[in-house]
Amino acid sequence: MQQTTVQPVIRGVRFFLAHTPGLVRYGSKPSRDIDRDPAVGDTLQAHLRGYADAAAYPPNQAFLGAIHPDALASLPTPWFRHAGCGERWGPHGEIMPEEEFYGWLKIADAFNLVSLDTDFIESIRPALDAHPLCTPADLEQLGTGVSQAELDAHCAPGTGLAGDMPTLPLFLRDGSRIGCFHAAHEVDATLAADVLLENLTCKTTAVLAMRTLLAQLPIDPMDIPYVLNSGEEAVGDRYQRGGGNLAKAVAEMSGCQAATGVDIKGFCCGPLHALAIAGGLVSARVFPHVVVVGGCALSKLGMKYRGHVQHDQPILEDVLAAVAILVSADDGASPRLRLDSLGRHTVAAGPSQKAIFEQLVKEPLQRLGLSFGDIDKYATELHNPEVTEPAGSGNVPLLNYRVIAGLAAMGKEITPAQVPDFVAAHGMPGFSPTQGHIASAVPFLGHAVDGLRGGDLQRVLLLAKGSLFLGRMTQMADGVSLLLERNG
Amino acid sequence: MQLQGKKIIALGERDGIQGGAIAQCTASAGAEVVLEVTHCFV
Repeated sequence: MQQTTVQPVIRGVRFFLAHTPGLVRYGSKPSRDIDRDPAVGDTLQAHLRGYADAAAYPPNQAFLGAIHPDALASLPTPWFRHAGCGERWGPHGEIMPEEEFYGWLKIADAFNLVSLDTDFIESIRPALDAHPLCTPADLEQLGTGVSQAELDAHCAPGTGLAGDMPTLPLFLRDGSRIGCFHAAHEVDATLAADVLLENLTCKTTAVLAMRTLLAQLPIDPMDIPYVLNSGEEAVGDRYQRGGGNLAKAVAEMSGCQAATGVDIKGFCCGPLHALAIAGGLVSARVFPHVVVVGGCALSKLGMKYRGHVQHDQPILEDVLAAVAILVSADDGASPRLRLDSLGRHTVAAGPSQKAIFEQLVKEPLQRLGLSFGDIDKYATELHNPEVTEPAGSGNVPLLNYRVIAGLAAMGKEITPAQVPDFVAAHGMPGFSPTQGHIASAVPFLGHAVDGLRGGDLQRVLLLAKGSLFLGRMTQMADGVSLLLERNG
Repeated sequence: MQLQGKKIIALGERDGIQGGAIAQCTASAGAEVVLEVTHCFV
């Protein structure tokens, strides 16, 4: 057995966005509110934006690599009024219209959970056929669909495929019904239609991010031996709720026939935990390549819609987001994943922001002999403030950057008066959709890899926090950090 | 503010001041923490 370790690197990162205004009603907050008051559905629909606006939306363009996040700081606000030209494909991925995404949902459906209207399928088939990631086998999986009369029967109370378990009608933004989503069991709540819709959208978006990654990087999908899924979905039935495994399902649909995989759970810091584990597996020569994926969080669609409606702005949480990251052995060019930099928010550290950031930033930097200013960019919670502020949730990235700058000031590295300049130089405006685990650190990875490989970046610190308390098993939060640095 | 003998509900936020931090501070000042909750708004 070889005893030496190798340096892991991030070979590439790709993202995927699906613009899904028709699914906003199935976000957790909107669906609960609609259950209480069906008129909320009309209010929601009146505030949904079209695909062209979502594609042109500057934060989405930053997410897909078409503009740098720093460029957002100089754009007039509100960003949703920006009338720029929104290209579907950016350097780091695409934003897909909802019609095609419903087709991919059917393509990814291994259990006939999705029924789509026959005419609708024929209307989207040419676009799917033209999509660079769609294969003839995918088109076959699309099937021929069902009639509107059959959809009526499926959606009527008590007449769905799973008895009394409700079937969810699937709508486009304009309210037209184009299909339905079935429950998979007569009584099992973990296989209810709303749960399975969350899981299947998560799988579908992760597959599209991973296919984009494998199509655009010079690597054969058959050379991928292991996949780590880092999403927050709960895959499993009543006997193992949330047991997983979505990683292998994503590998199966991504042409990775030689792969297996496993799910890594850590709330919003799941992807960074997964990156550290992937780096460890590569470093120890267990695998030459590991792909870390994270699919979308459908439940977060429309999470802040009340604030958006109150301010008469479009509902901006209308996209599903996913990421795929290739971690490989050192190729001499890709950014190095410094496993010796790993920062951990330990059990003993306590819940104060100072304690958290000392463990995630100050201590790792001291260990490596670096100062705060040696990090070109800190990638932390990158939630788009235009989503959160109208709902009273504040500017989350700015809060985090001020704490980091405050620690630098406490260490006498900068003066308190220099805090705003430090934040502007070493932070960035938030630009990520509020898609759970997707929004923490990883949205900047594409820009980080570009800047560390061929740009002017030397070091990027990724840090993410996870709200463990949400599961009611502990009052604690969690956090991890990792340093990326230029190779050579 | 005199916290000695007061009952405290500690409502925290993950990216601001977490409930645990509020609870520790107020308990050290003599208050009784009757509820400690941290929310995540993203």
